[in-house]
Amino acid sequence: MIEELLFQLEMGAPQIVLGLVNGAFYALLSLGLAVIFGMLNVINFSHGAQFMMGAFAAWMLLAWVGIGYWGALILAPLLVGAFGMLIEKAMIARLYKLDHLYGLLLTFGCALVIEGLFRNEFGSSGLPYRIPPELLGAWDLGFMFLPIYRGWVVIVAVVMCLGTWLVIEKTKIGAYLRAATERPQLVQAFGINVPRMMTLTYGAGVALAAFAGVLAAPIYSVNPGMGANFIITVFAVVVIGGMGSIMGSVVTGFGLGIVEGITRVAYPEASATVVFVIMAIVLLARPAGLFGRA
Amino acid sequence: MSLDRRSLIKGAAGAATLPALGGLPWRSAKAQAANTIRLAVLNDQSGLYRDISGPGSTQAVRLAVQESGITQRGVNVEVVQADHQNRPDVGSTVVRQWYDRDGVDVVFDVPTSSVALAVNGLTREKNKVFLNSGAATSDLTGSACTANTIHWTYDTYMLANGTGGAMVRAGGDTWFFITADYAFGHALERDTAAFVTRAGGRVLGQVRTPFPGTTDFSSFLLQAQQSRAKVIGLANAGGDTINCIKQAAEFGITRRGVKLAGLLVFVTDVHSLSLQTAQGLVLTETYYWDLNDKTRSLSSRIALPGGQKPSMVQAGCYSAALHYLKAVGDMGVAAAKASGADAVARMKAMPTSDDAFGEGSIRPDGRKVHPSYLFEVKTPAESRHPWDYYKLLATIPAAESFRPVAEGGCTLPRS
Repeated sequence: MIEELLFQLEMGAPQIVLGLVNGAFYALLSLGLAVIFGMLNVINFSHGAQFMMGAFAAWMLLAWVGIGYWGALILAPLLVGAFGMLIEKAMIARLYKLDHLYGLLLTFGCALVIEGLFRNEFGSSGLPYRIPPELLGAWDLGFMFLPIYRGWVVIVAVVMCLGTWLVIEKTKIGAYLRAATERPQLVQAFGINVPRMMTLTYGAGVALAAFAGVLAAPIYSVNPGMGANFIITVFAVVVIGGMGSIMGSVVTGFGLGIVEGITRVAYPEASATVVFVIMAIVLLARPAGLFGRA
Repeated sequence: MSLDRRSLIKGAAGAATLPALGGLPWRSAKAQAANTIRLAVLNDQSGLYRDISGPGSTQAVRLAVQESGITQRGVNVEVVQADHQNRPDVGSTVVRQWYDRDGVDVVFDVPTSSVALAVNGLTREKNKVFLNSGAATSDLTGSACTANTIHWTYDTYMLANGTGGAMVRAGGDTWFFITADYAFGHALERDTAAFVTRAGGRVLGQVRTPFPGTTDFSSFLLQAQQSRAKVIGLANAGGDTINCIKQAAEFGITRRGVKLAGLLVFVTDVHSLSLQTAQGLVLTETYYWDLNDKTRSLSSRIALPGGQKPSMVQAGCYSAALHYLKAVGDMGVAAAKASGADAVARMKAMPTSDDAFGEGSIRPDGRKVHPSYLFEVKTPAESRHPWDYYKLLATIPAAESFRPVAEGGCTLPRS
């Protein structure tokens, strides 16, 4: 009995750790989505494309300018974030007063155009990007060898998520943001430039996606479709966590990563579906999501 | 804003269906002269198989039309293409419309086995011609064989025979499969497992990964490692294979003596992985651009953008189109259009010869046969010029490359 349990643990423990790594990506991506939705009321369907752009920006910086992983980790989110702000200023800003659906359709269209352009330029099989030499190798955890890079991804993601949560919940800027969501006119009347704040928020959300993209570049194939694969699951994560709830999306991201990881041993065929089954159940029981307010 | 939501959604839905129908230069096929042969290329134009098939296959078919010289003899040839998005329903809809409304005579390529099997049935029903280059399932010349289909370039049996056989001979006698969970993956796993057991090896287990929609293969790789198998067979393709190999390198799986068998790896995949990650990988293909003067010449004539080299699938589209047009020239346009089965019978009666695969022939069950080649991916130090990726380990003669007719379960040769 105990031996069997130990065996199960031996099989299961590595999967939980690997699930955490995937969860880190889900958390980072759904965090960006939640920030954008919470503050701007826009369902950002180009999030996957922006994640992909982050990974490609890392590749371009290396191949064309010679800037390596560490530089890309800072520069790529800035570049892609700036691109996001351009899109926000030029297009999305016009849709704030309309139904959610318009923002959704616009950003979905943007994603299709961006992915199409990248596919035309770089093909579909993807580009190579290597793990930085400082993070090569593996940790021996006793029950498995965990590549250092995957450990790094989890740590960085946790720090990033906590940082974002702190900024929004505990700082003055965060307070302005939250106030602007509730009563934009009133906040504007106090002399705060609300439209600019919206632009910056969108830029920050996009930068988070691009940051996740750079993190993903060394371990996943860098190809134009890489974001589209992820984003559907990430939307499910956001729905389960509760639209617009920052902490909700982070906790759900990591949690669902683990659930998915366990499914990959227990019943691998269902590992791409399990998140959506959970989503259906949560929507039936708690339509506002696990952490959302009805 | 005068735009109402309903019209917007309608517009968006309309725009979404456009790509599937794009590329059709005509509207009313009936008005066209009977002296026109219509070639259609159906493949993945936007997803993970785009680089191995996609627009490059169309380019290859166009080159074959040019080089066949058939237009100089007064025959009109039109080439169209469409995206099946790797979905059988989309593929069937497009092909049905091609056959029923647009007067298409022959469909080329069709990677993704599930779509190929759907098109296979439809083509027999309409008595047209289906020359498949992109799909792998050996069922096309087995239980699903028809008198209207020729399977041109490769199949799961050939891949299993080449790579699987070589691995077992090299001592890799215990296997674990990571299998894409659809028709192609199952067929590839089944055919390879048969080889492994026949050669005295054992299959220790397998894991079926959802397709499409899996990006992270690390937990599957770990399960494979825990099985203590000597060889991990990757019964998948394209982006799935790339992610598997990349992540296996990351987890140091190959460094611990476990061998990866890429059962379907294309030259574009190796390019994407870079030699640093892909080196040492053993794989089987029927065409490699740098194999001899003829393949090099063909590769420069297809002239893909950005210096990319044609995959065996694209080379297969060229070869198939060339041979089809030869048969059309031989039997006349009217006869070729009247019956797809007759056109295929004529193609089977003629030996094949082209720059892609050299001399070859087509068997009664619809299998095109030619040699296959066992390659090993070079190390970065061995590679001398761009796209110099493979070294030849062995040539498997045409007669031994493919499944014997009697074993496939195709009833055509007997009738």
